[in-house]
Amino acid sequence: MPKFFNEMYADGASAVRDHYHGFHAWLTGQPPELIAGKRTEADLIFRRVGITFAVYGDDAGTERLIPFDIIPRIIPAAEWAQLEAGLVQRVQALNMFIHDIYHEQRIVKSGVIPADQIFRNAQYRPEMQGIHVPSDIYAHIAGIDIVRAGEGEFYVLEDNLRVPSGVSYMLEDRKMMMRLFPELFSRYKVAPVAHYPDLLLDNLRSVAPVGVTDPTVVVMTPGMYNSAYFEHAFLAQQMGVELVEGKDLFVNDNAVYMRTTRGPKRVDVIYRRIDDDFLDPLAFRPDSSLGVPGLLSVYRAGRVTLANAIGTGVADDKSIYPYVPDMIRFYLSEQPILNNVPTWQCRRKEDLDYTLANLPQLVVKEVHGAGGYGMLVGPAATRAEIDAFRERLRARPEGYIAQPTLALSACPTFVESGIAPRHVDLRPFVLSGKTVSMVKGGLTRVALKDGSLVVNSSQGGGTKDTWVLEK
Amino acid sequence: MLSRTADHLYWMARYTERAENTARMLDVNVQTALLPQSAHAAEQGWRAMLGISELLDAFDHKYGLMTARDVLDFMVRDPDNPSSIASCIGQARENARAVRGTLTTEVWETHNATWLELQNKLSGKLLEQDPSQFFEWVKYRSHLSRGVTIGTMLKDEAFHFIRLGTFLERADNTARILDVKFHGADHSAFADVQADEEAQHDFYYWAAILRSVSGFEIYRKVYRDVITPERVAELLMLRADMPRSLLACMEDVVGNLAQVRNDASADTERFAGKLHADLKFAKIDEILAAGLHDYLTQFLERIYELGNRLSRDFLVPLA
Repeated sequence: MPKFFNEMYADGASAVRDHYHGFHAWLTGQPPELIAGKRTEADLIFRRVGITFAVYGDDAGTERLIPFDIIPRIIPAAEWAQLEAGLVQRVQALNMFIHDIYHEQRIVKSGVIPADQIFRNAQYRPEMQGIHVPSDIYAHIAGIDIVRAGEGEFYVLEDNLRVPSGVSYMLEDRKMMMRLFPELFSRYKVAPVAHYPDLLLDNLRSVAPVGVTDPTVVVMTPGMYNSAYFEHAFLAQQMGVELVEGKDLFVNDNAVYMRTTRGPKRVDVIYRRIDDDFLDPLAFRPDSSLGVPGLLSVYRAGRVTLANAIGTGVADDKSIYPYVPDMIRFYLSEQPILNNVPTWQCRRKEDLDYTLANLPQLVVKEVHGAGGYGMLVGPAATRAEIDAFRERLRARPEGYIAQPTLALSACPTFVESGIAPRHVDLRPFVLSGKTVSMVKGGLTRVALKDGSLVVNSSQGGGTKDTWVLEK
Repeated sequence: MLSRTADHLYWMARYTERAENTARMLDVNVQTALLPQSAHAAEQGWRAMLGISELLDAFDHKYGLMTARDVLDFMVRDPDNPSSIASCIGQARENARAVRGTLTTEVWETHNATWLELQNKLSGKLLEQDPSQFFEWVKYRSHLSRGVTIGTMLKDEAFHFIRLGTFLERADNTARILDVKFHGADHSAFADVQADEEAQHDFYYWAAILRSVSGFEIYRKVYRDVITPERVAELLMLRADMPRSLLACMEDVVGNLAQVRNDASADTERFAGKLHADLKFAKIDEILAAGLHDYLTQFLERIYELGNRLSRDFLVPLA
């Protein structure tokens, strides 16, 4: 087990970090029965309110709670300020990159990123070439996954620019903490997050098609059996806009309408929580029953805004990830504030050689993979697994990247045996429209299994409230 | 509002109301089954109830003999029976879940909690040991969901579609409850008992019907006289002040329909208005002279047609 950074303790269990002092003292002073009672209460409330997620592959309609841990993840003001600056910078560069590759392609022409990395990428959408989108923004909502490793420095693990989810848990976790432990919030100056839906609505309205002064915004969901349906409904309700499915919309006379009890109503901005492939059966997957026939042609004509835009996937792909620091230098002429995880691209001979020689220490990922499939975690793999993977790498090196195994930071967490450190990550949500904005905070996910680095809720991960302290 | 949203709200309310009325109807039968009667009469009672709910074939297909236990299972917990109480509560909750953003937190949580508690109730022994108490619980959950709706929701379109669902379903269900006795060829469910006992059975039967629609005390208050089938029919059909009567339901249907009126709905309003007027100006003697069963059958057909029209005009429009 590599040594990892502990969010609460500096060196061993004796030295509590400054920003955790108050919380630690409070927690130590609480009778265990009270804490146990509060944890049960949280569970009951989440279930009654129906904050659940659907599990695929299980019996239809199975709903589970995402475990909620009452020990918050606390981030001091100065650290957040640096994170925020880095996030703004990164998301700006990513949006400029997407705009560039669908227009002049300067970054390719100047040789910073090889052309085939982009144009042979399955996520590159030729339909978007030369299409104008309002304010040149593509990734209106970005969820940037951040981890802390080594001595506590932050790394960006992944940019989620398609349909990032989890923001509802950020909001509900805060609501729950305030309900269970109001006294904590009078001791700590925690930056509020509850205005996220207002920021989101402002942001979506700011990217309405040209000439629309009072845009109608909707949230588009694949439906109630989608794992993130709760969040779709939640955001629509919080913004006070309609939650639509594909069948509620139709295209007529080069505009998108929704079917209402008072007849058709024009729609201007669609915050869609559905993948590109399913948006329009006439343009993408013909078997999609979730989409709206003809949507793409209205979109290309600039008469409806999709958030996020079509074709953002080309920028959050693992094969593009290593170039993000270059993008920041190229478009903004700035040095990147946030670290990228060092990445070896096996398509390059010298990177492949290094990877093959160091497999037991590395994490190797499929370029287009997701959700932990087709992945090798060197330190946890058997000799036979490593040998088998070596063959796959040799056969198709361009399909893989390799990274060092990061020792993710850990935060004290309630587990069956009491309180123990568990690994965490952080997903802040960055909104881009006329301006870039975000609430101070994000979703902290925690891997509940001892030693596990997998924080995904589908793999038994939980969440924590995230406190960014005000100065 | 979105047509699909209105559709979910409307069906959420219909399923909730249906669960309640199924509980009411089952309770009548459980109560009358306590009276001394032959096995044949008991079976006739269950048979009539399934018949009026248009579920006789489905039951016969799945079960063999008609025992009280099987009928209760079929009508309460059978997931294959779309009208079972469990199915209705599940459907109500699914519809609520689909539009939870349109509901107040309290309304959603009520439906969700009912569904969660139902799972507990069904896994326990309550239904076997004390079915009436279980039916009482179903009724009170329905009361609660209605009360929470009225007490917390904005009186906007969403509210009116919920109310439309409630009253249309209730009109349908009250008509069916009343029609049970006349259902099927066997006019009297008590044909094999002595004639002089028949009157006595009739009394208990009609008293049970009244209780099932919470109308026993109301009957006493309104008529201050012995219970006769004619007056029971009048109370459940034509009294505007009886909250579960056909006339009262239609008044609410017409009122809520006017609130959601759109460019396509004039014909439907006229259709509902006529149905309302027919009840309002009807006399019970005339209805009975022409045949109660025929009248109720026709009423149910018109309610069905009205439901189709609502769908077409508001809930599932073509364009």
